[in-house]
Amino acid sequence: MITLDDVTLTFPDGSSRVTAVDRVSLTGKAGVLTGITGPSGSGKSSLLAIAATLIRPDSGRVIVGDVDASTLSKDDATTLRREQIGIVFQQSNLLPSLTAREQLAVMAELGGRNARRRRRQVRSRTDELLDAVGLADHADKRPAQLSGGQRQRVAIARALVHEPEVLLVDEPTSALDQERGAAIMELIAHLTHERETATLLVTHDLVHEHLLDTLVTVVDGRIVSRTVGSDAIMDDDLAHRLTEV
Amino acid sequence: MFVAWRDLRFARGRFVLIGAVVALITLLVGFLAGLTGGLASQNVSGILELPGDRVVLQHPSSGQASFSESSISSDSVQKWRDASGVTHVLPVGIVQGKAGVHGTTTAVALFGMPHGAATSTVTDLAPRADDEIGLSAGAAKALGDATAGDTVSILGSKYRVSSVGGDAWYSHTPVIALTPDAWARADKSMGGDGSVTMLAVSGTPDWGAVATASGTVAQVPLLSLSALDAFKSEIGSLGLMIVMLFGISALVVGAFFTVWTMQRSGDVAVLKALGATTRSLRRDALGQALVVLIIGIGLGMLVVVALGTLAGGALPFLLSPLTTVAPAAAMAVLGLLGAAVALRTVTKSDPLTALGSNR
Repeated sequence: MITLDDVTLTFPDGSSRVTAVDRVSLTGKAGVLTGITGPSGSGKSSLLAIAATLIRPDSGRVIVGDVDASTLSKDDATTLRREQIGIVFQQSNLLPSLTAREQLAVMAELGGRNARRRRRQVRSRTDELLDAVGLADHADKRPAQLSGGQRQRVAIARALVHEPEVLLVDEPTSALDQERGAAIMELIAHLTHERETATLLVTHDLVHEHLLDTLVTVVDGRIVSRTVGSDAIMDDDLAHRLTEV
Repeated sequence: MFVAWRDLRFARGRFVLIGAVVALITLLVGFLAGLTGGLASQNVSGILELPGDRVVLQHPSSGQASFSESSISSDSVQKWRDASGVTHVLPVGIVQGKAGVHGTTTAVALFGMPHGAATSTVTDLAPRADDEIGLSAGAAKALGDATAGDTVSILGSKYRVSSVGGDAWYSHTPVIALTPDAWARADKSMGGDGSVTMLAVSGTPDWGAVATASGTVAQVPLLSLSALDAFKSEIGSLGLMIVMLFGISALVVGAFFTVWTMQRSGDVAVLKALGATTRSLRRDALGQALVVLIIGIGLGMLVVVALGTLAGGALPFLLSPLTTVAPAAAMAVLGLLGAAVALRTVTKSDPLTALGSNR
């Protein structure tokens, strides 16, 4: 599970500061696919960066599992990402020199303690995960030999190979056509439910809304609505701002 | 080293290019070091091979001590012999002249030394009788492969070759050993006074005090070589070239790896975002540089050894750990230092850039 509790993030903007995330509270539960949507510049990617421990918020807490990530040092945050968080980037961000199988194996080669044990665990899961994302026959291919959809599948497998508690996905379909995008979204939803990961997925494309278990809409750094299943819970004040946008 | 090895395999052409440049620089440094060593050996091996803790030369009234000007009186020699702590004094006369045999004439260094001194390549050449000489290998070769029993003419006197020994040189001329008396005669025939040029002194005396009292200077053999003018200028120029090549190699290797690491900064950011420690990324980058350096330097040195072996007969080329292992190790260290500069890119790479990056 991941909990963002009253999180605020600001960036310097000339002599003043601009608020990217404004007192956001959000919980991603195990086995639940939570979509985060909103217009460009609304702060959804900043929210994901905070959840990924890549940025420390100005205030509020980020709880991953039972760890308060907002108080961790840089090194401890790195360890947390390595052990409990899986990230799927907007682009696949695969390493060009590695084959699909090695893209997963690299997760056991990131330094830190217990490298031997992690190597053993990753090795045992690699083929199963490549099979789960439909790439068992492409394990020895490098990124340049794979299509965009296949690359994103490898990225999803890489994000899951260390069995993270939390999966963070940033616009996974932005570089794909409709058909491939739908397949990727279905795969993420399936793996979230099957592997019981708490998944936060940033998207501005609501074509695949039906695959999300929960959807939060962010505008100007604040959550303006939450949809659980088919029930929308709208903040009246902010709904007005949403319609303006 | 997981990603480093695979990068090496994937970008083979790029690393072959870097390795080839490293190999070429190593070839230049190694060949220059071998030539410098060879020239140095032909300049000073006769001095360095003498047994002794210090080389003693005459203290000149002005300027620095010099082998060519030094002339030590018998009084000074006796003062060194009588000094407390001195265990052995070997007086050596050195003068350059010409020697001839069967119509072949060559420039040689005449060393006057008593027979029976502590054994060394040079002292072993010293003959027993005044009408005998000992030839170093270089002198024998220069005199048409002269052998024991041959007669050699030096400054109008005939000498019988008593032995041919190892290689010993002085100021680019091969050494011929004479008895002290024969040497004194030869020196006088060239305008000298027959006094010895230097002393090779062993023991633990108060070096400074004895030197002052005897009007001499005492230096460890290596430092005394600065009293050889030809050696000083030659080694100065060649040494400067080697140092500059080392500097260039550090710069080139550093530049290669800086560019390479900058190109990889996107990958580094992704790895950091996935949880890679900066330490593991630094190890990866340095390990990669080390592999390229070892292969490049190894190949370069192989060529140096091969060329050095081939050229040994025609050029003054010295193949020794000092001219092969030492420059290779220095190249590796400087190359790694250059590559270490590139680590700044790894350290500073922001994992946040992996989010939303378009790669």
